[in-house]
Amino acid sequence: MLNLNGYSWLLWQGTQLTILVGLFSMVIAIVLGLIGAWGKLVKAKIPRAAADSYTTVFRGIPELVLILLVYYGVPTVIQDLAKAVGREIIIDVNPFVAGVITIGFIYGAFSTEVFRGAYLAVPNGQIEAARSVGMSPARAFRRVILPQMWRYALPGLGNVWMVLIKATALISVIQLPELMRNADIAARATHLPFTWYFTASLIYLGITIASMLIQQRAEAWAAKGVRRS
Amino acid sequence: MEFGIVWDSLPQLLNGALITIELTTISVLIGLCLAVPLSLMRVSTNPFFRMPAYGFIFYFRGTPLLIQIFLIYYGSGQFQELLSQIGLWTFFREAHFCAILSLTLNTAAYTAEILRGSIQAVPFGEIEAARAAGMSTGLQYRRIILPKAFRLAWPAYTNEVVFLLQATSLVSIITVMDITGVVRVIAARSFAFYELFITAALFYLGLVYGVLFLFRKVEFRLTRHRLDRITIVKKAPSGSVGLK
Repeated sequence: MLNLNGYSWLLWQGTQLTILVGLFSMVIAIVLGLIGAWGKLVKAKIPRAAADSYTTVFRGIPELVLILLVYYGVPTVIQDLAKAVGREIIIDVNPFVAGVITIGFIYGAFSTEVFRGAYLAVPNGQIEAARSVGMSPARAFRRVILPQMWRYALPGLGNVWMVLIKATALISVIQLPELMRNADIAARATHLPFTWYFTASLIYLGITIASMLIQQRAEAWAAKGVRRS
Repeated sequence: MEFGIVWDSLPQLLNGALITIELTTISVLIGLCLAVPLSLMRVSTNPFFRMPAYGFIFYFRGTPLLIQIFLIYYGSGQFQELLSQIGLWTFFREAHFCAILSLTLNTAAYTAEILRGSIQAVPFGEIEAARAAGMSTGLQYRRIILPKAFRLAWPAYTNEVVFLLQATSLVSIITVMDITGVVRVIAARSFAFYELFITAALFYLGLVYGVLFLFRKVEFRLTRHRLDRITIVKKAPSGSVGLK
């Protein structure tokens, strides 16, 4: 079925870039998720309001609109602002940076909920015990809460990752040569759209299957201190 | 900043919003009709039914929606002759039709998986009771399992509908003039990028909250029997004295 005509290399490069974009975005999403969960759990009003509006806005707007807003909108905002103070500047946003930041921010909102649930799932007695042996709140978090949070957070984070890696296909719209974009290029060049898109879809499927296997391993690792019933 | 452009293009934007609502509604309704038999096939013990449903669900949940849209819209061009022969090419030529087809298949797969989970979450005691009362398998599904499964699935299904509403924005890439499509065309002409994309974002936020509001109302109705029980329990101590 596959007559690759030298375009298979393009798909392979695209796959690498897709995974790279996915990993970078996931790191941003995890960092933002931890910050967001902290904001939602503290008693202070301002962090809580900020975290609430962050998750509401980023979960309520389509990824495509946000990607276009960041890629086309942000440079024009800055240029307009510069013009207002009498400076003429031209800004070009790198599609990789724009894509990674946007996807990272969107899925940070989703992992906020994951981390919040994971924190609440750690029994309160554990935190009390850590504090009563004289650990500072930060140390109690690092040594007692965070290691246990991973166990509760991993299934949710796995889901976020699976959705995230598929969402990276949208970055093709701003011409980042990842898997979707390269499949598109090959499809147009060879006039075999079905062949190329189908191959690309199978690669995405392969990434999903590999992620599921890794997730099983990671969950076993995070639960190694737990007695199996 | 030129928010005047937003005001001037309001009629087009509202038209786009209508298209978005239309795409969402049609795909959700047909998708649900497909999802119910799919989920029943998926929980079947017969591999002849189970495996095709499993494969369909796995493929459509495991690949990006954008690729599915491109496969149907551009990919069908590779089979143009065959499709013209059986008279389907007139449909596949239309971006609007391809958009609805891909959105429907996508949401059918996700909804079927949600329903599978909730069908399997129906407490076995209820099925046992239905069997003990002499119900046939079909009657069990119609009267006991599916109503319960729908109720269990509703919160997750609400999420799926919200995701689908947002996912309709992708059809703008194959030239359908939904909210995103309209905004992209006007932005390319006027260079008022952020003004228009922020407006589009606000439109979507409004629609998402509209959907959430509607679905919460339905959820409230679906769980009526439980709310009644809660109010009765709360009222009981003050009202009756000699219950114990």
